[in-house]
Amino acid sequence: MYSKYQILKNSELAPKIKEMDVYVPFIAKAAKPGQFVIVMADEKGERIPLTLVDWDDEEGWIRLVFLEIGVTTIKIGKKKAGDRLFYVAGPLGNPSHIENYGTVLMVGGGVGVPALYPIARALKKAGNYIISIIGAKSANLLVYENEMRKVSDELYITTDDGSKGFKGFTTDMLKKLLEEDRKIDVVWAIGPAIMMKVCSAVTRNYGVKTIVSLNSLMVCGMGMCGACRITVGGETKFTCVDGPEFDGHLVDWNELLLRLNMYRKEEEYALKIKKL
Amino acid sequence: MAKVKPRVKIPKRPPEERIKDFNEVALTLSEEQAISEASRCLQCKNPTCVKGCPVGIEIPKFIKYVKEGEFEKAYRVLKEKCPIPAITGRVCPQEKQCEKGCVLAKLGQPIAIGALERFVADWAREHGIEEELPEAKPTGKKVAVVGSGPASIVVAADLAKLGYEVNVFEALHIPGGVLVYGIPEYRLPKYIVRGEIDYLRKLGVSFDFGILVGRTIAMSELLEDYDAVFVGTGAGHPRLLRVPGENYNYIYTANEFLVRINLMRAFMFPEYDTPVHVGERVAVIGAGNTAMDAARTALRMGAKEVYILYRRTEAEMPARREEIENAKEEGIKFVFLVQPVEFFGDKNGNVTAVKLMKMKLGPPDQSGRPRPIPTGETVTFEADTIINAIGFVPNPIVPRTTPGLKVDKRGRIIVDEEGRTSLGRVYAGGDIVIGEGTVIEAMGWGRIASKAIHKDLSKL
Repeated sequence: MYSKYQILKNSELAPKIKEMDVYVPFIAKAAKPGQFVIVMADEKGERIPLTLVDWDDEEGWIRLVFLEIGVTTIKIGKKKAGDRLFYVAGPLGNPSHIENYGTVLMVGGGVGVPALYPIARALKKAGNYIISIIGAKSANLLVYENEMRKVSDELYITTDDGSKGFKGFTTDMLKKLLEEDRKIDVVWAIGPAIMMKVCSAVTRNYGVKTIVSLNSLMVCGMGMCGACRITVGGETKFTCVDGPEFDGHLVDWNELLLRLNMYRKEEEYALKIKKL
Repeated sequence: MAKVKPRVKIPKRPPEERIKDFNEVALTLSEEQAISEASRCLQCKNPTCVKGCPVGIEIPKFIKYVKEGEFEKAYRVLKEKCPIPAITGRVCPQEKQCEKGCVLAKLGQPIAIGALERFVADWAREHGIEEELPEAKPTGKKVAVVGSGPASIVVAADLAKLGYEVNVFEALHIPGGVLVYGIPEYRLPKYIVRGEIDYLRKLGVSFDFGILVGRTIAMSELLEDYDAVFVGTGAGHPRLLRVPGENYNYIYTANEFLVRINLMRAFMFPEYDTPVHVGERVAVIGAGNTAMDAARTALRMGAKEVYILYRRTEAEMPARREEIENAKEEGIKFVFLVQPVEFFGDKNGNVTAVKLMKMKLGPPDQSGRPRPIPTGETVTFEADTIINAIGFVPNPIVPRTTPGLKVDKRGRIIVDEEGRTSLGRVYAGGDIVIGEGTVIEAMGWGRIASKAIHKDLSKL
């Protein structure tokens, strides 16, 4: 039998993008779309949030997809099947509100696409017509195309450099689809903060409700510390216990973008000194 | 009146030395000092010190053993009622509890009970004294303990000693709750906490980490697998100031600041991966024990100037006098009668200053302290790091996710006088019940609940 936190699989989906299955039966049992976990690479590691991409209650694993960009993601990206993570806690945050909205437009960018996948799957199952826009910088960085295709009624691909699909940003395609005057009941956007910011700005003009999943810096993940706090609708919220999903039209995006930079210097220093 | 031998002076490291590191400030008494201090105890027939102890340590008895040099016997006496004497000896506000009740307190020279407790616990650890593990007959019953802070530690130890199978569910990666994430290393070294938690393991208590009851496992599921559940999830949810600009960068809640440094050990960055940013001029809002901890920690992290900003005056500060004295010795500066009304930041979103409303004291409020009243006059105070230490509210996760669990207006779980909640077989204690208490008060609630659990489960 596997031991708790054991890595069952670690594969590279694209340069620096890893997909990892970890044995954590109690999380696999409780997980719902839209939730996340906090992981630690080792005893001296940071606590970082990662979105639950998939899970299997019977086999007891959870699936995570991450970009190897910081100390923790690089450390865990190096681990092999059979190795263990030091700690995984979850599922954390409020699950996505799944119901039959009608037509849902899903917008995913980068590793936001896998994060969007379980939500799209649940929305599809709930009877929604799913239109998906998935994007990446270039074709070789696009992940979860097949998974998203399976749960979408329509799928649009965008790349910044035009190496696959529509040349441009996901938000350009979003604007295009909204201009076609189709009835879109709700937009769900997950990706880099700047993408979600632009998405929310675009949909505001069309009066379409937009749900975003915030990627705030986090430490505890359970409402204790407030590292993840963010102004939403003029009120301070904790991404971990009040979110991670919020109404994109109410989020103070500039605040989020500035807060994401808070430890940039320390991160760069740590990466350099640890030779990661 | 007979002349009383003065109370022992507790050895402390000099301020200029201690602010450079995270090592302990107060030191353990020597054997000679301990014996001499213990010999001052009058061994009252009807000891009033014990009445002040929420867990009922037989204080005169352990002190008598110290006086006789029978330190191991003294340790056994402590351990009978308190599973973690090395911790309580360090962090209890003895001046408000046992030492307040000491008859010598009337002469201003109470026995240094806390220092003696610490001495005995440290002596036992240094001499490798084996724990006496009671051989309780297994009851065949299982108890789940939610959270691993002071209240939970007492419940787990008490029930394990009585033969219950006890499993502790801790959401973080290290056991101890506020003892590890809240109280700084220089007041309570974490190796001490580890040692005391090991005692629970020796008693047969098992721990599961990364499990957030209410999220990972529902209360209803726990009740299927366990005969009783104790909720000791604490008051770890920070209270916010709710003023404009409170989310500028480097405005921390005290919890975030202390979690980064104590739990995640950011003071050892980059050996440990978690960073913390401390500027040159730090302002801490509030004047409780947490505020003192945050201020003194900021100093140790290299801040040039650290200020405590408080809306009342020196006399009303809720922190322990000892901690205020320590802070002053270390050079923390105090600004009274001010309340933040707005924060300012630069183009990068980093805080630069706080606008303070000048206050004056009015008639007493509900807390019995003079109410601070705004004067209308404001002043701008420059600071590049702000730490909000105005307090905590109960952690909302268990109440929010447990239907039928009644809470009061302030989010505290409602219990009867024996720690029973509105849900059958569910008990609660510590800060989740009382709001913001001390380590030992939480432990006292744990003792009450463990008695009720044993009483109720024995009937089944």
